[in-house]
Formats: sequence, C-alpha cells, structure tokens
Amino acid sequence: MTTALSIKDAGVRLGGNEILRAVNAEIAPGEFIGIFGPNGAGKSTLIRCVLGLTPLASGSISVFGVPAGKANRMIGYMPQSRANLEGTALSARSMVAAVAAGDGWGLPWSGRKLRAEIERVIELAGVTDYADRPFAVLSGGERQRIGLAQALLGRPQLLLLDEPLASLDPRNQMLLIERVTQIKKNTNTTILFTAHDVNPLLGVMDRVLYIAGGEAAIGSLDEVITSAALSHLYKTDIRVVRIEGNIFIFAAEGGVIEAARHD
Amino acid sequence: MIDQIKEFLSYDFVRSALIAGSLAAILGAVVGYFVVIRKVGFAAHALAHVGFTGATGAALFAISPLNGMLAISLLAGAMMGIFGNRLHRSEIAIGMVLSVCLGVGTLFLTLYAGFAGQASAILFGNIFGVSWQQIIQITYLSAGSLGVLCVFARKLLFASIQPDLAEARGISLSMLSIVFMVILAVSVTLASQVVGILLVFTLIIGPAGIAARLFRGFWSGTIASVGLALAAVWSGIFLACMTNWPPSFWITTILFVLYLLVEILCRFVLRTER
Repeated sequence: MTTALSIKDAGVRLGGNEILRAVNAEIAPGEFIGIFGPNGAGKSTLIRCVLGLTPLASGSISVFGVPAGKANRMIGYMPQSRANLEGTALSARSMVAAVAAGDGWGLPWSGRKLRAEIERVIELAGVTDYADRPFAVLSGGERQRIGLAQALLGRPQLLLLDEPLASLDPRNQMLLIERVTQIKKNTNTTILFTAHDVNPLLGVMDRVLYIAGGEAAIGSLDEVITSAALSHLYKTDIRVVRIEGNIFIFAAEGGVIEAARHD
Repeated sequence: MIDQIKEFLSYDFVRSALIAGSLAAILGAVVGYFVVIRKVGFAAHALAHVGFTGATGAALFAISPLNGMLAISLLAGAMMGIFGNRLHRSEIAIGMVLSVCLGVGTLFLTLYAGFAGQASAILFGNIFGVSWQQIIQITYLSAGSLGVLCVFARKLLFASIQPDLAEARGISLSMLSIVFMVILAVSVTLASQVVGILLVFTLIIGPAGIAARLFRGFWSGTIASVGLALAAVWSGIFLACMTNWPPSFWITTILFVLYLLVEILCRFVLRTER
C-alpha cells in the first residue's frame, strides 16, 4: 500500500537558522494527523514544505509517491492567513468560485462543470445556508468553514489545514472538527491538522506529530504526548497531566506550554 | 434638455471629451475593482501623483505630458509591483517616494517657467482639451491594458482574494503583482487625462468602491462599476457644458454623493456592517 505522505530526514533552514532537522513521518491514506508544537516550532513551515513552497535543506518529502512540488492537485490547503474583504459585499460563493476558477488564463467565468464543483464543496463543508451572504459579514467560524470549502475544491486526497481553530470559540471549534471528521469518513481523505491545543482533537486524531526544538515525534497520542517523549523534544523537564479527559502540558520549572481549552 | 444635449454633441471638443472620458472610465472602473479587493488604493493614488513629475519633466525635455506621465508611472508601478503582496503594508515607503517625486516635479515647474498654466490642467484635468491624436493614443492604451487584464483576470482575482492559496497552486504572486501595477499605472495616467492627477482617486476607486460595496459577485460588481463610471463621466461632461463649471468638479461630486448614499444604505438600511 502506498503512503499518503512520506517525510524522510527532512531538514529546513530559513535565513541561516535551522528550523527543522531530521523529521521523519510515514502517513497512510485516510489517516487524521494532529500536528502540535509551540509557536514558531515549524508547523506551518512543515506544511509549506509539503506544498513545495519552502525548499528542504536535506531529506525528501513525497506525496502519494510523487516528490513534493508546487501546484500539486492532490493537496487541498487551508492557509493560516484569513481572507479579508472588509468593505466589499463579495459573497462567500464568489470567493469559492474565484479559487475554483483561479488556475487558468482568461476571464473568471465558471461554466456548468465548475459551478457543480462549487456547489459540491459548499455542501460538503456545510456552508449552504450562508454561501450567498457577503463574506465580510460572516462570523469567524463561518469564514473558516468557507476556507474549508475552498480547500476541498478538486477532490484532494490530502488536506492540509493550518491552524483552522485559531481564534474560534469552543463551539465553533467543535463544529469545524465535526465537519472535518465527517469529510474524512465520507471521502477517505488524509488530513494534516495543525493546532495549538491537543484537547479539541482528542478522539478524532489517529496519530500525533509533535514538533519542538527543531525535531518531531510521531506516534499515537499515548506514545507522543507523554512526559518522557516531550521532555526529550523540548530538552527540558516537561510534565503531561490528564485531568477529566483533558491534557495539560507544562514545564516542570514553571511556565505553562499549552493550556487546556480556551473556555 | 434632449435638444440641449444634441447641441453639445455637435461640438467636436464635447465628442472628444466623451470618447476619452468613456475609455478612461471603463478602464478605471475595471482596474479599480481589483484595486479595491487588493487594497492598494494608496498605491493607486501615489502612482497618479508621481505622474505629475513625469508631466512637468516632459515639458522640459519637449515630449508630450501624457508620454512623460506614462513613463514615470510605469516605472513607479513596476517598482511597487516588486513589493507584491506586502504593498498595502508599505505605506511609508510609498509616501516617501511620492513626496520626493512631487518635490522634483516642483523643481521642473520652476525650471520651465512657461508651464504654470498647463500645470493646473495636469492637476485638475482638462478633458475638453483632448486632441484626436491623444484619443488615438488613449484608445490603444486602454485596449491594450484591458486585453492584458482579461488574460490575467482569473489568476489576479484568485491571488487578490486568497494569496497564500494561490501561491500553493503554483501562481507567481510577484509576477501578477508587477503585471497589475503596470496596468494600474496606465489606467491612472489615462484617468488623470479626464479628471486630473489630484482627482484620479475618484475615477479609479469611486465607481469600483461603490459597486463592490453593493454587489456580491465579481461580474455584477465589475459591470456595475463600469456603469457607474460611465454615468458619472457622461453626466459630468454634460453638466459642465450647461454650467460652465469644470467637469472634474461634477464627476467627483456625483461620485461622492453616490458614495455617501451607498454608505448610508449599507450602514443603516441593509446593516451589512458588523
């Protein structure tokens, strides 16, 4: 069986600084991988490497057996940056259409085939109710789900979701995660989901990729999110504590690395 | 009133003004729509003002003001394009380049003393003074710019709305940004022929800003933008004929009143503001 994503000894240097070194991961088709780590650890950088936007200093990455490169149609991507259309009435559907039609040359017409594809992702992302409202008046959660719809265009086999939960309230976080889980179930899409906090994704992830100190550990939750494994990554004494099903990660010498849900 | 308009239409300079005005309005309205969604309004404004130096410098070197403006705006536009998606965050850099250009423009104005009268035409527009030769040039320039814009429209719209996603799909953001700023430089130069350098903002941002505020689709927005721009330019020219007040005054006033009405509509009636 082919792997969906194979990362071998990947190292990244940006502006002379080593961001990641010797990252290894073999991800099977249909897996849901949660990617965690502190701010600036290199989660987004790893995503950009898979997209072929940031070159590797060493090692290799292949997506369904093909070396990572730009414009890979097997990948659907939801960037961390949010679209900002304040002051315009451009509807969410128009935005999805702009992305759907965005590859070619010429005028941005959407023909029947393209319109059907737009309709499909709007339904799949569960945004039908507000797809025709101006994007600028949608809530943060609604905007994120439009971003998800855009990522689903072209039936990608690998979804890269970069911090989709950022600045969402717990209810909207749950709604988004539910939607992503459903998509995974219905389409057997492989999902890489970066997040700040482990807790919202407990129970939906198959495995965890934790990045800290330029290195990464991949494995089941119980293998990676442990005091021993994280202490090794952070190179300092890290404690992992479970309280009422939530996981708290903190440095033994004070300073909480990762708090629980934001509620 | 119809008779009056017919009479105005019998004048050569009115017909020229309508043709030149329409071309600039169409190009400005379409390009303006992208300016609004790309949020590069300040860059557009600056490009027009940089053109002032080109126009005054042109007189010194005995070339036409239109060509002088075009040359310097294209240069400045290409340079701004290199800033790419960081452009709307480069306000200070643009402002500094803009002011030094205007400074040099003032020097040119002093060196070429006979130019003062023409300077006012450049700053505030002189649509009734457009020659046939200029109209031919404007036609070529606007057709060329619209043509290039049509070729790049899909990618430009995508990259304007979701730059990170466009980059991941293999679209070169910097190439698009340079192409767009060059088209913008041409549009701004043409618009300044109608309303003058100081008022270019009204023709590039005005119709597009109003249309983008009201319409939810790219096509409805662009078409409405063109319609508004043409309506404003035509009524401005005819009102100018009737009142003897400058067309630039009428065009800017019409668009400003429309803008106010739309703002009120959006804020208090449609409540599209969050």
